[in-house]
Amino acid sequence: MNTSIMIVGVGGQGTLLASRILGNTAIRCGYDVKVSEVHGMSQRGGSVVTYVRFGDEKVASPIIGEASADIIMAFEQLEAYRSIDYLKKNGRLLVNAQQIDPMPVIIGKAKYPENILSKIEEKGINIISVDALSLARSAGSEKAVNVVLIGLLAKNTDIEKGIWEEVIKETVPPKFLDINLKAFNLGYSI
Amino acid sequence: MKEIMLGNHAVARGAYEAGVKVASAYPGTPSTEIMEYMATLPCPHVEWAPNEKVAAETAIGSSIAGGRAICAMKHVGLNVAADPLFTAAYTGVNAGLLICVADDPGMHSSQNEQDSRNYARAAKVIMLEPSDSNECYIYAKNAFSLSEKFDLPVILRLSTRVSHSQSLVETGEREEFSKPYEKNPGKYVMMPAMAKRRHPELENILTEVKNYAQDCEFNKIEYHDKKIGIITSGITYQYAKEALGDKASYLKLGMVYPLPEKLISEFSKNVDTLYVAEELDDFFEEYIKSLGIKVIGKEAFTKIGEYSADLIRKVILKEEQKGTAPDEALPARPPVMCAGCPHRGTFYALKSLGLTVCGDIGCYTLGTLEPLASVDSCVCMGASIGLAHGMDKAIENSSKKTVAVLGDSTFIHSGITGLINVVYNKGNTTVIILDNSITGMTGHQDNPLTGKTIKGEPTKQVNLVMLCKAIGVENVRIADPFNIEQFKKVVSEEIEKDEPSVIIAQRPCALLKSVKYEGKMTVTDKCIGCKMCLKIGCPAIHFKDGHALIDKTQCNGCGFCQQICKLKALGKEEA
Repeated sequence: MNTSIMIVGVGGQGTLLASRILGNTAIRCGYDVKVSEVHGMSQRGGSVVTYVRFGDEKVASPIIGEASADIIMAFEQLEAYRSIDYLKKNGRLLVNAQQIDPMPVIIGKAKYPENILSKIEEKGINIISVDALSLARSAGSEKAVNVVLIGLLAKNTDIEKGIWEEVIKETVPPKFLDINLKAFNLGYSI
Repeated sequence: MKEIMLGNHAVARGAYEAGVKVASAYPGTPSTEIMEYMATLPCPHVEWAPNEKVAAETAIGSSIAGGRAICAMKHVGLNVAADPLFTAAYTGVNAGLLICVADDPGMHSSQNEQDSRNYARAAKVIMLEPSDSNECYIYAKNAFSLSEKFDLPVILRLSTRVSHSQSLVETGEREEFSKPYEKNPGKYVMMPAMAKRRHPELENILTEVKNYAQDCEFNKIEYHDKKIGIITSGITYQYAKEALGDKASYLKLGMVYPLPEKLISEFSKNVDTLYVAEELDDFFEEYIKSLGIKVIGKEAFTKIGEYSADLIRKVILKEEQKGTAPDEALPARPPVMCAGCPHRGTFYALKSLGLTVCGDIGCYTLGTLEPLASVDSCVCMGASIGLAHGMDKAIENSSKKTVAVLGDSTFIHSGITGLINVVYNKGNTTVIILDNSITGMTGHQDNPLTGKTIKGEPTKQVNLVMLCKAIGVENVRIADPFNIEQFKKVVSEEIEKDEPSVIIAQRPCALLKSVKYEGKMTVTDKCIGCKMCLKIGCPAIHFKDGHALIDKTQCNGCGFCQQICKLKALGKEEA
């Protein structure tokens, strides 16, 4: 069986690096892998979605369809909420509890929905939320939110912890390695 | 070696291994990473060209000289390069010539969703279409010998999901390649007498390619269950495989022009119900139907947007998977100008002056959206100046309330010709060139104004002021869009003049590493919640509990908001 993981967030939050670490980890395990990224205009603070699919069987579509994601890793609450129809029955939703107002909310043309996490839970969705921003800060950089979430994701897969750490070592610049490994471990120990 | 590669990177890798000598492109999503990656490989010459036409011409020149060549562009870039393309089909090649074009179904980052396959038929050249990164690599690598075999340019058609997906590629080694240059005006000088001889030649070549297409390595039939047969190509093949697996048989077209008549009719005879699944136009469908073959196409699918495995499952198997959706309508999250973006100052000024703004293609197209909402039109690269000039000529005195706004790289791409036209034809248009020191939207590429090549080497830098003066613009001024009152004054003065003007709005992109503002903004107790600061549309300024609130994860301390707040309620923390 192949695994489908969707990463959703706001352009600029580092979802691309997260999908690359995940993709490289899957390769290290000997799986067939496809990663679909978003570049260009939507990266400018818009909703961004990347897909990672891997497993023993050949992966055909790089895109994940409705009700087909095993795990959704959300970098932001509203984007988590927007994506729930892509989650499989019994799939897991990993959410960074951060809230980022989109422009229609900032200028008063729309309201940011209240109590998103409890609304999602009421739908019977298996949800794990984390304050990844605080954890990233304590690891040494706000920018490490993505790697905190990778840590949490790692905990929720069957892939060995050491493989993730090796891939992080190869993917991030050496001067940020310590911060990123710390961030990974903070996410992993939730 | 097996590695995971972006489709675009795999294209560059394949071309590199084929011994490419010259590689040229103008950046454009989703094609940009082809040349970015090529620049990391030891290819003899890689460059950013000022536009796609120049990139294509450079590649044609290399091909004639005997060096294999590649150029790359997004779908709308091929419109710009269409002129050399059509005649390159007549001249043919010496060394292989590969033109990569990336379509954007669903318009993730484009102004239209034109289907580039139509260009292959119109220009009479070969077109290949890969469906994953490994095919990107193989097709790009083999395209050169194919081009030489038939003496014809080859287009490699990509799409967003192929260009921007990563999958496994088995790479190899580079093999050097060159052919001698031979003077041959009958082949390379396309004046009427020669072109009249080349055209029948071209038609003969196309017939040969058509025969080759029947059993070439690019087209494949996969027979499984023969109740359903699907003719498809590119990413749609992957969607079909995902949706139907062994429940259907497939004719996968890797060569999408010219199409293999015999192969299509053989496949159609062996399956019960035949579908054609293709994103955008009914390009295959029209051809298949012209052969008198019954096929289900656009009447069941669509010409609009991207396809998916879900869509194919729904159309062919009548199956639908539904997830749990939110019970309420959610606020959209459109893209925004980044915190610290210099364009914010420009559009805030233009909005407060109440001007009509002819916009252009780049990050600054976002000046259309609320709350800045000042752009009136946007058509294609460089069009802002022509549009403003046309408005000026159609409505008397409209140049006094209209400006053209375009980026520095866009100006060099194709804005300059529009400006020459304004000067030549006695227009009064005011043009604002947003000089942010980089090509922004596509992710920071150098251009003729940055003084650096694609490899970061120092080179001559175009001097915008001298350039504009040299073509006859008398009024050229530089202004800082973050000095809002001064900027408004400069714009007001220039639009009043009965002559063309150029204002260079100079301030670097906030995402450049060299741009560092000290400290982050704070909200002091002087804030009365008037919401003035929300009018600049900065993603770092929010409103909570009756006051402005700074999102410190986004604020970069540019300080532009301080000029907007009349109560001086926005301060700055110590750096």
